[in-house]
Amino acid sequence: MDPRRPSRVIDPKVRKVGFFTPGPPPDRTQSGPAATTPTQSPVSNTLSPVMIPPARHASDNLSRAVGMPVPAAPQLHGHPPVDSLQVGSYTLSDSVLSASPTRSPSSRVGLDGEFSEDSVNWMKRNNSGRFSVVLPTGGPDMTQSIEASIDENTGDHVAELPLKNPKPLKAKTTKAERRALQEAQRAAKATAKGGEGNKSVATSATSAPAQTSKPVRQPNQKKEGPVLVSSTLVPEKKGSEKPPEKDRKKEVPPPRMQFDDKNRVEKAKKRSVVKQTEARNRVELFRHLPQYERGNQLSDLESKFFQLDHVHPAVYKVGLQFLSGDIMWSNARCTAMLQAFQKVIEDYSTPPEKTLTRDLTAKINSSVSFLIECRPLSISMGNAIRFLKARITKIPLTQTESEAKTSLSSDIDRYINEKILLADKVIVGHAVTKIRDGDVLLTYGSSSLIEMILLHAHELRRQFRVVIVDSRPNHEGRVLLRKLVEKGLSCTYTHINAVSYIMHEVTRVFLGAASVLSNGTIYSTVGTACIAMVAHAYHVPVLVCCESYKFHERVQLDSICSNELGDPDVIAKVPGRRDNCLDDWASKEGLQLLNLAYDVTPADYVSMIVTEHGMIPPTSVPVIVREYGREHILI
Amino acid sequence: MWRRSASFVLDNNNRFLQGDTVTNPESRLLSPPSSSMAETLQNPNPDPTHPISPYYQTRAAHHGVVTSDWLAQAQAAAGGDPDTRSYEPESSLKSAASENSFPVIDEFNNWRKQPDLAEAVAAIRALASVIRSSEATTMMELQNELKTASDSLKSWDMTSISLTAGCDLFMRYVTRTSAVEYEDFDSAKSRFLERAEKFGEISYKARKIIAMLSQDFIFDGCTILVHGFSRVVLEILKTAAENKKHFRVLCTEGRPDRTGLRLSNELAKLDVPVKLLIDSAVAYSMDEIDMVFVGADGVVESGGIINMMGTYQIALVAKSMDKPLYVAAESYKFARLYPLNQKDMVPALKPIDFGVPIPSKVEVETSARDYTPPQYLTLLFTDLGVLTPSVVSDELIQLYL
Repeated sequence: MDPRRPSRVIDPKVRKVGFFTPGPPPDRTQSGPAATTPTQSPVSNTLSPVMIPPARHASDNLSRAVGMPVPAAPQLHGHPPVDSLQVGSYTLSDSVLSASPTRSPSSRVGLDGEFSEDSVNWMKRNNSGRFSVVLPTGGPDMTQSIEASIDENTGDHVAELPLKNPKPLKAKTTKAERRALQEAQRAAKATAKGGEGNKSVATSATSAPAQTSKPVRQPNQKKEGPVLVSSTLVPEKKGSEKPPEKDRKKEVPPPRMQFDDKNRVEKAKKRSVVKQTEARNRVELFRHLPQYERGNQLSDLESKFFQLDHVHPAVYKVGLQFLSGDIMWSNARCTAMLQAFQKVIEDYSTPPEKTLTRDLTAKINSSVSFLIECRPLSISMGNAIRFLKARITKIPLTQTESEAKTSLSSDIDRYINEKILLADKVIVGHAVTKIRDGDVLLTYGSSSLIEMILLHAHELRRQFRVVIVDSRPNHEGRVLLRKLVEKGLSCTYTHINAVSYIMHEVTRVFLGAASVLSNGTIYSTVGTACIAMVAHAYHVPVLVCCESYKFHERVQLDSICSNELGDPDVIAKVPGRRDNCLDDWASKEGLQLLNLAYDVTPADYVSMIVTEHGMIPPTSVPVIVREYGREHILI
Repeated sequence: MWRRSASFVLDNNNRFLQGDTVTNPESRLLSPPSSSMAETLQNPNPDPTHPISPYYQTRAAHHGVVTSDWLAQAQAAAGGDPDTRSYEPESSLKSAASENSFPVIDEFNNWRKQPDLAEAVAAIRALASVIRSSEATTMMELQNELKTASDSLKSWDMTSISLTAGCDLFMRYVTRTSAVEYEDFDSAKSRFLERAEKFGEISYKARKIIAMLSQDFIFDGCTILVHGFSRVVLEILKTAAENKKHFRVLCTEGRPDRTGLRLSNELAKLDVPVKLLIDSAVAYSMDEIDMVFVGADGVVESGGIINMMGTYQIALVAKSMDKPLYVAAESYKFARLYPLNQKDMVPALKPIDFGVPIPSKVEVETSARDYTPPQYLTLLFTDLGVLTPSVVSDELIQLYL
């Protein structure tokens, strides 16, 4: 109806575009290795000065200190360590995924918050056991080598240490001890590096984990490992879960990949599956987002179909659909992705000498990064992935593979059912109460949820009219228009240019959302903010309908920092016109076209958010995130 | 929500109203205080053809300025009103209640007559006696019984927000924990009763708590504008007067039921300097005012309030002149409603006496209340503490979800 609260910042005076420094490295883990200062980190010199890398290497060190053999893995197979460190040097997830050759630059955008946080949480939950899981994603060849080396390295320890010491190892090594150990490693690494450069780092790194108490986690990896070991490990896992929970609060979410950082982009490019060529006239303000030539990836990928055997066909299909734009709606994308993962899980069998938990997560990770290359993840997909991974890590070691698979599969079904389908039903029920006879409802673009609401209200024989506002280049509204007209609703179709003209006769504005951020900001299709603002100016209440699985704890003030860029050619072409004056825009120096996918609507312009938990004011989004955020992961 | 009640500000002397003198066979343990009163008000709608929101009947009866003649007038005026939303035929309710084997509505009415007892508290007490007299043997049965009772209560008067909210809150509060918690049914039942008592007690105390909390906001020499007759606001002013604060009160007249007259009357008894305004003089006198106090019929999820007609315009004037507007409302008035604008509510109609006959061609706006959006409210004084409007929804979410 009107601005919810009078004075919240709408126009931030200073905008930090692109770079920003994440505060001092947060102390992420209870084992305290985070003390690594950036300068000590081997990577720091190669970093651009604006970046203060958080102590993610700490996690490296940590894992060594606590006995994680895995971070050494990339070095083991001669992957230049600096590379992996660098590309991933500031998000944990980056480092997690860095060894994956399938990871492309584009992944960073979608991944950013949700994905990386997720791996952060994760890492902490299991105390970094995860690194080992993810690394093998590298691809068939690499996987082999890593697995081999890990087993060689650790096999003998497995036998002796856990038996000798059935109690959690962590309890034994005090913080001080671990730190000392870690300092030693660091020193070794530094000298090695100073001496011979990259290669020696690799060697020192490989040696470092070997001397430490690696086996702690190792048994975890093998489900078929000694029963005794696994049983002793379970309590330990639980114990180590708690402190990270506490730490999580202090944590600063890691910054995302910035695509104007040439070094990183180069490195990331080498590993990507989808061939991306950079667009020539990149929009200056959005250089930190991936901007690539369009149109050739699909055919390229199609031709590669039989070469990429590490990507499951179901995932491949969904990826291609994303790329071609066959699946656009965010609910549909999320469902398609989850169903593809379900197939992946069905067809999955744990390779010998591996644990399901880790190997499956690796598998999922590689699928995710493939999907990201096709199109950056939406926030809802990030949340769904987070959920799935949490489920995978929660699988008890005692469960057999088929049990685990069926439980995961039913979890996915349940997620789709509860979080999407049922939630939609409940939202429709809530929203319909706000539609009365004689209303004129305005909606923008096309949202499956809004469509359901309108159709349901029509079924209830409410007398109302719908104004569908559409915009170039996608013309999503036409799809909605067709469906509504088929059902006999009376509709008006107009373009966004006319919104201020049409608004005076509107009584309610219904909008969908790609995500709702915790300051009440609505992250939605570009143009939504415009609609909401015009509606606000006309004192028309704006109702945003959004399932709560799309809520995210991030806060975003503008649509520049994180966004998705569409194909600029699409706006250059006007359908129906024979000679477009922008046809050869790419060859013109200084002409840049910007096709933004999302924008951000400040909470002040939103009267109400309809979720399955009820109708809430935008100021209460944090409550939902707080009360139900965890539940989304745990169900 | 209730656990976090700021009841510590109250001394324990304010005892939960004792009604243990058993006279009424229907409510075996906790009978309404006066059985003689029970005879006088058996049915709030003696004549089913004349629909008036029972809520306003109660108010009129309690506030007693215009009671009998006003009621007569009101019924006459509302006689031809086609919109009978607010009225549920008594017979259907009777049948609902009789299935129930416990006449919850009678019980409620008995409680309701007590002038100092808010409707929600009366509802809570009535529901508590449902539990007490229930012969259910399983948890599910009991819950169902409670549900039917509260539903019949709610449908008895759809317009009263606090009645609905009180019933909902009670159901929530009593049945929040799953039955699994208790091993046997009897202990669960007694636990429920305990809670019901506590809930009733807290709600009863709420007014005192609010009065204590609001004292910091009333400073010596201030001028307070009050709109409508709210027992909470009266309690606040009373407490302030008892605390020897020097302040002045401006009362709006409060058409059509002249609630302002009643309030000014009460305040004059307390020797508080008080001045009456007609409702349209609010903007005129706004610059001599330091703060506005209003009560609320209901506090909705957006943090806004639904209150007596005229609150919205006072809020607008106060906002434009940068005067704080404080709302005093007990937390049982928090309702899961979200009106988007004025028309987006169940209308509560109240006949208006214009003194002269109105030609039949002239339409009369008889809505009794309006919705004030949250951005015009400064603070809400509740028994949960002093809240900003946005906290209301947080509390509601935590309570109901």
